[in-house]
Amino acid sequence: MNTVIFRTAAPALSALMLVFSVFVMLRGHNEPGGGFIGGLIGASGIAIYSISAGAAATRRALRVHPITLAGLGVVLAAIAGFVSLATEVPFLTGLWWIFEFEGAEIALSTPLLFDIGVYAVVVGAISTIALALDGEEGDD
Amino acid sequence: MPTDSFGQSCFPGLDDEIGDRGTRLGPDLDVVVALIALAPFIAALLAPWITRFAGPMAGWILAIVPAAIFATFLSFIGPVSDLTAIQAGLDWIPAYGIRFSFFIDGLSLVFGALISGIGTFIIIYSGGYLAGHPHQGRFFSYMLMFMGSMLGLVLADNIFTLFVFWELTSITSFLLIGFDHSRQAARRAAIQALIVTGGGGLALLAGLIMLTLITGQNSLSGMLASAGVAQQSGAYLVAMLLVVAGAFAKSAQFPFHFWLPNAMEAPTPVSAYLHSATMVKAGVYLLARMNPVLGGTQAWFWILTVFGGITLLLGGVLALRQTDLKQKLAYTTLGSLGLLVMLIGFGTKEAVLGAVLYLCAHSLFKGALFMVAGTIDHGTGTRDITVLRGLREAMPVTFIAALLSGFSMAGFPIAIGFLAKEEMYLALTSGVWPDLLFLAVMVVGNACMMVVGLLIALRPFLGEPRPTPHVPHEGSVSLFAGPVVLGVLGIVAGLFTDWLNRVVLSPAGASIYDGAVDAQVHLAFDLLNPAIWASIVTWALGIALFWHADNVRLALRRVGEGIGWTFDAGFDAAMFGLIRFGDRVTRLLHHGRLELYLLLFFAVLAVSLLAPLIVSNSLPSLPDWPVLTFYEWGAVLIAAIGLITVVGARSRLTAIVALGIQGFAVAVIFMLFGAPDLSFTQFMVETLSVIILALVMTRLHLGKADHRELEAAIRDGTVAIAVGAGITILLLVVLQTDLDLSLTELFQATSTPIAHGRNIVNVILVDYRAIDTLGEISVVMAAGLAILALIRHRAKPESAKKPRSTRRKEKAA
Repeated sequence: MNTVIFRTAAPALSALMLVFSVFVMLRGHNEPGGGFIGGLIGASGIAIYSISAGAAATRRALRVHPITLAGLGVVLAAIAGFVSLATEVPFLTGLWWIFEFEGAEIALSTPLLFDIGVYAVVVGAISTIALALDGEEGDD
Repeated sequence: MPTDSFGQSCFPGLDDEIGDRGTRLGPDLDVVVALIALAPFIAALLAPWITRFAGPMAGWILAIVPAAIFATFLSFIGPVSDLTAIQAGLDWIPAYGIRFSFFIDGLSLVFGALISGIGTFIIIYSGGYLAGHPHQGRFFSYMLMFMGSMLGLVLADNIFTLFVFWELTSITSFLLIGFDHSRQAARRAAIQALIVTGGGGLALLAGLIMLTLITGQNSLSGMLASAGVAQQSGAYLVAMLLVVAGAFAKSAQFPFHFWLPNAMEAPTPVSAYLHSATMVKAGVYLLARMNPVLGGTQAWFWILTVFGGITLLLGGVLALRQTDLKQKLAYTTLGSLGLLVMLIGFGTKEAVLGAVLYLCAHSLFKGALFMVAGTIDHGTGTRDITVLRGLREAMPVTFIAALLSGFSMAGFPIAIGFLAKEEMYLALTSGVWPDLLFLAVMVVGNACMMVVGLLIALRPFLGEPRPTPHVPHEGSVSLFAGPVVLGVLGIVAGLFTDWLNRVVLSPAGASIYDGAVDAQVHLAFDLLNPAIWASIVTWALGIALFWHADNVRLALRRVGEGIGWTFDAGFDAAMFGLIRFGDRVTRLLHHGRLELYLLLFFAVLAVSLLAPLIVSNSLPSLPDWPVLTFYEWGAVLIAAIGLITVVGARSRLTAIVALGIQGFAVAVIFMLFGAPDLSFTQFMVETLSVIILALVMTRLHLGKADHRELEAAIRDGTVAIAVGAGITILLLVVLQTDLDLSLTELFQATSTPIAHGRNIVNVILVDYRAIDTLGEISVVMAAGLAILALIRHRAKPESAKKPRSTRRKEKAA
């Protein structure tokens, strides 16, 4: 499986998948996609890199331990909920901030922050599992 | 911000906003009453710093808090002695009508004054007793937290407020008993107390909830207002037994009495405060409080009097057997609690007044005597009554304090202890048989306690001095301030009977008796009164026992050794039995064979899917043959080929990949039938499943192929087909019912205009049902963490031990 073609293509493929995963996550509210699917795509991208370059190299490339990413995701999603509390509406009520920027309509919202949290949890947790299975922690 | 739920629930919210929504007695009262229970907690937070900076003065400084609370209680005397209950509180969970509410009537006021008043001296005493202890700050912190919990408990109106404070007293008691946590005995005693009182707390919660359902009231004041309703209910007996069980566990009534003597492992200020003057009286408080709601029935009478009586005798007799001062006092505390429970069980006016009087008397003399025992221990290094003699010259002030309290405990005239005994005997001198029997029990119990009181007041101080571990020396002011003041109060209170009748007895008696009580307690020595003869018999019996105290003790020791079994040992046996039982169950269920876990799991799934459908005879009719296009048939065919390959695959890797093919084919079908989100997810999940399964395979060092015996293959195949059939049939049933589309319509109608999203699936995930998603991602995160820990746990020892050789073996394999 670990052929020259795969090893050469894998980094480009992973990068592409990671970018695509963010795109899927962001378009999610109106088109098919969302944090969960995006996260799965992102995790697949990381897994492909890990298969071609090894778990240790992937860990180095990620810089932070993926479980940190998962924890951060839960925190972000929770923050999205607490923002609503601060404005005296029930926990996790969606708040929207829509404005024009350079002629494009930009919509920032707590559901978006929440979805980013979901994305981070899925990428983080699944990469954690895949990397832990792929190589021992002490390898790098 | 007027009445939004957030603003109200952020208790204590001691700002003007809450004061504005004032209740019956002015806007500030809510805050004042809430502060009574909360101020000790605030002080507990500051205690370690105060101790660090104030050093030996810390006890005196911190004692300001309970003293201020005591003063606040005194200001409530006016309205309360007019029999007006003060009600106050803040909203807590308004949606369920749960309030952080308080209620002060005669009974709570007596308890509150005792807790804060004695607490003041206990805090001062702790400053001297634990002077220089490295964890003195922590000790103060625990003590003040306990004080706050106890005050909250006796002031609470709402049953949930009551329960929270009730459990807090158990927890702080656990921390205090186990304060000296380096000793095994202290740890064991702490856990034992927590299990017994905490278990009782659960019974109490169940009982209180049942009472709420019966009476429709979730506050004590509401229940008291509908007194008499519960007794008529069919569920009365169960509710009453649950409440009584909680109270008995807390107040160490037989058969839960064993934890209290063990709790003497705690430092002496704790024993004086928690395990004699206050916490153990929480159960008595609850029974007294519930007397109008639950009392007045035969069951209530017999349960309280019989168990109270047994506890009284048991405590009194066992106290005579001990040689340790604290143990002696602990057993007499058991006896006193039994006595109080018994009196509440009688429920007559005299009995109730006797109980209130004895409650005050006992808190005063027992708190003082415990402090005396601690001072003796502090000054001499021992608490063994067979060793201590002739301390009167070395410790004159302590001697006087001990005499005053011992006098009250023995029930000699003019002391408040005498008044209490007279009143309780008066309640039982009707001359009919159960009364006479209980009178006899009371006389014997009181005589035993009188002996212990005299022994502690006289034995260590009289006679020729004997050598003790330290050269005896008097305690500091902080050590004798409490015993002296409490001892003097115990005597003086007996002289101010008018004040006592009006301010303490009538209001508190009225709360328990549920009707006006006109207390007429007077210091009298009238030989025509039968009660005085009961007292005289008690004294005679007590003095006779005192004279032969050593012989009695030795005789009781022999009897105890003859029986050989104690409730304490029974508790241990029960705990170890529980551990062994847990071990057996775990071994039975967690045998460690993964394939059997899976088999069991799927077999149960199959049964739970199929059994209800077959039993209720709701199997679906066969659906029509589907009309599909050729490419849709193609996807179905690929899925089928994938499945056949999984079953027939020679190597595991082929099987995993084939499973992925089947999954992809299903994803294609989803796509063809217009569920792009679902199919998208399915693609990704299948991809990752194949990758992760393949990685797991490489870790597990399994054989290449999956060989199964014929029976195993048939067994596994049957379960697999049953689960598949079950899910298929269930889906067919679901599809043949009429779908309720109201949610779908709601989502379609609101998704774009309100939630700003055209993808309803995503809007449901991140907005409509975001809290579910929050839960799910937390689970995903936790699962990742758990798997990481598991793999690290497995990987570390192997690679640490023999990194080289195992690697080689892997390669060879």
